[in-house]
Amino acid sequence: MSENKILIDNVTVEYRNGGSPRKPWSLFGKGRNCGSAGDDVRTVLHDINIEIKTGEFVSVLGHSGCGKSTLLKVIAGFVRPTRGAVLIDGKEVTKPQPDHVFVFQEGSLFPWLTIRENISLALRSVKDPREKEEKAAYYLELVGLENSHSQYPYMLSGGMRQRAEIARAIAAQPDILLMDEPFSALDYLTRLNLREEMLYLHVMLPKTTILFVTHDIDEALQLCNRLIIMSDPPSQVKCCRTIKAPHPRNLTDIELSDLRSHIYYHLGVHTAV
Amino acid sequence: MLNVLWDGGSNFPGIAQFGKAFIELATNGDLWRHSIASLFRVTLGFYLAILLAVPLGLFLGRRQGWRKWMDPVVQFLRPISPLAWTPFAMAWFGIGDAPALFIIFLAAFFPILISTTEAAASIHPMYFLVASNLQLTSWESLCKIIVPATAPNILLALRVSLGVAWLVVVAAEMIAVKSGLGYLIIDSRNALRLDYVMVAMTTIGMIGLALDHTIARLGRLEAVRWRLERK
Ligand SMILES: Nc1ncnc2c1ncn2[C@@H]1O[C@H](COP(=O)(O)OP(=O)(O)OP(=O)(O)O)[C@@H](O)[C@H]1O
Ligand SMILES: [Mg+2]
Repeated sequence: MSENKILIDNVTVEYRNGGSPRKPWSLFGKGRNCGSAGDDVRTVLHDINIEIKTGEFVSVLGHSGCGKSTLLKVIAGFVRPTRGAVLIDGKEVTKPQPDHVFVFQEGSLFPWLTIRENISLALRSVKDPREKEEKAAYYLELVGLENSHSQYPYMLSGGMRQRAEIARAIAAQPDILLMDEPFSALDYLTRLNLREEMLYLHVMLPKTTILFVTHDIDEALQLCNRLIIMSDPPSQVKCCRTIKAPHPRNLTDIELSDLRSHIYYHLGVHTAV
Repeated sequence: MLNVLWDGGSNFPGIAQFGKAFIELATNGDLWRHSIASLFRVTLGFYLAILLAVPLGLFLGRRQGWRKWMDPVVQFLRPISPLAWTPFAMAWFGIGDAPALFIIFLAAFFPILISTTEAAASIHPMYFLVASNLQLTSWESLCKIIVPATAPNILLALRVSLGVAWLVVVAAEMIAVKSGLGYLIIDSRNALRLDYVMVAMTTIGMIGLALDHTIARLGRLEAVRWRLERK
């Protein structure tokens, strides 16, 4: 449990605004607001260094637009860093891979496939159809969707969809789960339920390293072993705290409520608490 | 007034005469023969168009580089009425079914191609990120993402283009062939049988209605339901 799973090594990500570089033949290339379009570079992440150990549950907090999703996408291999590298088990991430699965903020179940078919997609390595079916059923049961296997995503509630999303992600048996605000579209009660389920999964899958982006500070406090707060762009790690309190946690504990005020302070919120 | 409708006039047949002509054409088999000839041409031309336009559209939709070059070509060819190709169709394919099929094919091809390209190009990129994350092969991406994601739009395009194809078949048959409802119209006009013309027109309308009804049912398939129900 002590070796480094993920090493984020001096990662810098720059987005080029205006998208494609200026076309050489463009008539309007030297116009008022196009002149510098090619040079408008925004540094979103700036020299980020983070080490994450196997089985850690890390929450990432920060203001909207600070680059949390970008950080996760770099780890997933969707975005290549401008400088620096992400190493997983000592190997540089160059492309997306099923051993580090991304759970999207917007919900990414294929709407044209049933829940079971969606989950089966992540079970590609299982060749035997019987076994595949059993495995799919296992993951469905794990998230409490055993009765919805042949329904389409639009037939499910938001919370069920998010559960199916998580089931698909863990069915790929990833070493790393990259969860980008997985519960942000849900109501408060559903979020509380899913929080509990996340804890259950975390216990079930002790070897799975989880990175969990959230805006909900209580969610982070309740779930994670480590908290990372990012500054505004060009973002750096502003604060990194380990939480040792055992699960299940009582958020009114002195340690946790102290930490909460600390987080609020770092996020620049002075009126809350 | 009713009298006029029933008896007709010098330049339009009355209901009585129309009914008689209808029964006549239906019982001597001409109506069925011509209808089947037209339906055969529409079906064949339509299938040919689907066979070519759908794969090409999916390809162009997923290849922005190709699309950039092909789009002007398509948009240039599209506004040219299929009927304008008639002289070339006859020069290339002679007389008979082939030129008519070519014209029907053209009529159906562009609506399907354009809708398919558009649909394939606008699939949410997130789905392809998921595919790359789960390492789906290109074949799996085609079967599990591209085809099902575009199916609703393609079906809609099929409905539109089948209507257009049926619209064009009559015109195509007026030129090159000796069968079909279009030929029946031209032939009857030459024989000054406006009542036959009207029977042919009515039949065209009814078959068009039936075709549309049939293809609209495809829109209720399970595979495309998600599109309607999506929040
Ligand atoms: N593809 C892109 N091209 C250009 N700029 C981008 C792109 N994606 C993100 N950005 C910019 O990078 C910054 C960080 O975006 P990111 O999505 O990582 O933020 P975030 O921290 O996840 O925000 P939120 O909490 O609102 O989800 C934003 O300012 C955004 O405008
Ligand atoms: Mg985000």
